[in-house]
Amino acid sequence: MSLKRIDLLICFGSGCLSAGAQKIKDRFYEVLQAKGLSSEINIIETGCMGPCDYGPVMVIYPEGIFYKKVTPDDVEEIVNEHFLKGRPVKRLMIQDEEDKTFFTQKEIPFYQKQVKVALANCGFIDPESIEEYIATGGYEALGTVLTTMTPQQVIDVIKKSGLRGRGGGGFPTHLKWQMVHDNSSPEKYFICNGDEGDPGAFMDRSLLEGDPHRVLEGMMIAAYAIGAKNGYFYIRAEYPLAIKRIKMAIEQAKKAGLAGNNIFGSDFSFEAEVRTGAGAFVCGEETALIQSIEGQRGNPTPKPPYPAVQGLYKKPTVVNNVETLGNIPTILLKGADWFASMGTETSKGTKVFALTGDIKNTGLVEVPMGITLRELIFDVGGGIIGDHKFKAVQLGGPSGGCLTTQHLDVPVDYESLKERGAMMGSGGVIVMNDEKCMVNVAKFFMDFCVDESCGKCSPCRIGLKQMLEILKRIDSGYGKEGDIEELQRLGETISKLSLCGLGQTAPNPVLSTIRYFRDEYEAHIRDKSCANKVCPDLMHFEINKDKCIGCSLCSRKCPVQCISGSREEKYTINQLPCIKCGTCMDVCPVKAIAKIPGMHSDVKAQREAEELQQQNQEE
Amino acid sequence: MFKEICQKYAPHKDNLIQILHEIQDTDPQHYISSEAVDTVAEYLQIPANHIYGVLTFYTMYSTKPRGKNIIRLCESPPCYIKGSENILRKLKVLLGVNVGETTKDGQFTLELCACLGVCGNAPVMMINEDVYGDLTEEKVEEIIDKIRGNRK
Repeated sequence: MSLKRIDLLICFGSGCLSAGAQKIKDRFYEVLQAKGLSSEINIIETGCMGPCDYGPVMVIYPEGIFYKKVTPDDVEEIVNEHFLKGRPVKRLMIQDEEDKTFFTQKEIPFYQKQVKVALANCGFIDPESIEEYIATGGYEALGTVLTTMTPQQVIDVIKKSGLRGRGGGGFPTHLKWQMVHDNSSPEKYFICNGDEGDPGAFMDRSLLEGDPHRVLEGMMIAAYAIGAKNGYFYIRAEYPLAIKRIKMAIEQAKKAGLAGNNIFGSDFSFEAEVRTGAGAFVCGEETALIQSIEGQRGNPTPKPPYPAVQGLYKKPTVVNNVETLGNIPTILLKGADWFASMGTETSKGTKVFALTGDIKNTGLVEVPMGITLRELIFDVGGGIIGDHKFKAVQLGGPSGGCLTTQHLDVPVDYESLKERGAMMGSGGVIVMNDEKCMVNVAKFFMDFCVDESCGKCSPCRIGLKQMLEILKRIDSGYGKEGDIEELQRLGETISKLSLCGLGQTAPNPVLSTIRYFRDEYEAHIRDKSCANKVCPDLMHFEINKDKCIGCSLCSRKCPVQCISGSREEKYTINQLPCIKCGTCMDVCPVKAIAKIPGMHSDVKAQREAEELQQQNQEE
Repeated sequence: MFKEICQKYAPHKDNLIQILHEIQDTDPQHYISSEAVDTVAEYLQIPANHIYGVLTFYTMYSTKPRGKNIIRLCESPPCYIKGSENILRKLKVLLGVNVGETTKDGQFTLELCACLGVCGNAPVMMINEDVYGDLTEEKVEEIIDKIRGNRK
């Protein structure tokens, strides 16, 4: 390989790809070819660099200049100015509110508090090249382990490091390994759980796509420690690129003699296979995932027996999350003490979070455990988008819970989040501004869980549906006294009685929103009012007659013809047939129409009359 | 044809999900027909009703013919927060179909799906294997027009 003057790293993570990274790369090829510069400049596709909101992004070495939101039209300028004349294009760099320009990737505030362990290579190397992975120290840990350590020594290092499962539960990794290691069964299996179904989490996808060899190496080290010869990557079919990359990594490793028979000349042989999911959230649950690999419906099975005792094909099996495996090679290279020096007393190391929602810097970040929510949301995430305030943060997907302003200084670790009704989950962080209605958010999460429940056990199948019905009732203005208590009672029962993690944690979003935003539930039930004007039945539109110019546009555009009037008398909305679509407000040229919280008195009166009639009929 | 796909895999029940994926992916109408199920049942020596049980459990499989292009709009909370409802409304108007339906010309099937893992660029949809992020109503119109134009 010849040495080139410039390395151009283009982020080919799913976020940047969806924003047009491929077009940028194609354009670079064209321009470089036309100018005869192809031999001087190396174009490399990398995994996710993190700041999705700025996509497509690129870093240009040797300086490490960082460009954001690059379009095909910018390419020629970059080549002419930066590559030929050595003058980086300032307008494509990140600037802060005080117009300070950040030239290199290292300077950007987004990266300041981050410490990358699992994501160390993501965005820095070509994920499709085993040579680049090896050049960063890849497979060194595997070599050391296989040639100098016993399986028990490996487990001891992981134990000392304090690594806990990054998939959600936070179970100590070494305990699972030890249990399977101690089992005398001649057949044992290792499964990498890449069925990242949590809405709002995409770190596993990014790691599989951005540094597949690291995950494979982590799996082989783990397999050696527990005595497994076969490993499976179970990846969602929604992640075609991740599947392609991991298959490619397995092939490359085999060719290089780093997988297959007698790796590094040792007695250890290992075969890895990829299995794809087919769209079922519950398959993230380890027992359901095992069923799915065996070609069955992904129904969870009761625990015990735990997979460590009786897993895939009824043999002892360890199921580890992608990010957990991503930490393994570095822990063995740099040592347990190094890893344990980061984080808090009970939660060691770093954690990858996916920042999404109403936050400025959406994207993927890796920070030391114990960072406060305030640092995570405001320092790393850049705070709330637009002129809004922070209202709540949903942590850990549908199994997690919502926290609010009073928790901003809470350190993020397994225990402190759990104490407050949220959980680490897989690390999804959905930030919400003050325009959101928490009852609506809770209903939305519940709807998701009802859809995704496998239906095997009745607390989850029937109970969650009941909770959803109550939430829908509250949301549409039919809520009654006692509904909140009923939700709490149901939620606690379902948590206790459900068979698997899905049902056990599905009530969390509802329970945590009741805990911290009870007043919103009460306003929905008692006052029939949604303060944030989100729930359609609990708000209405009104035309301000002083502002109305009588142009009739609203009346003409209304899909249900419920607006009437004339130029002289101005227009009014007939509230009963109104479907709250908001078209009138959008088309009004003088902004005379406003959203008002609360159910309109006409609608309220009609509903009361209906209820009375129903009561009479029943009697 | 179904038989050929089956024979790429060892005749073990564990391979069922992979076989079904491949049958569906290679079918121009992206679905699994009853003939396909029968062939797989015979090859893997398992009852057809087991296969239907699996087929209907996972949301990605379809037993009905679908369009050339399958649009899967993400309905997860991050996308919802960023306005996926408006995108869905727009798609329904543009295509003239409801969720789960196929356009008359057989070009598009509109579906919803759980998280696509591109939350940083919400709202997001996937058309076949391509992901489109940071959607706006205008952008959706452009994308659909482009696919319609290219494929006509």
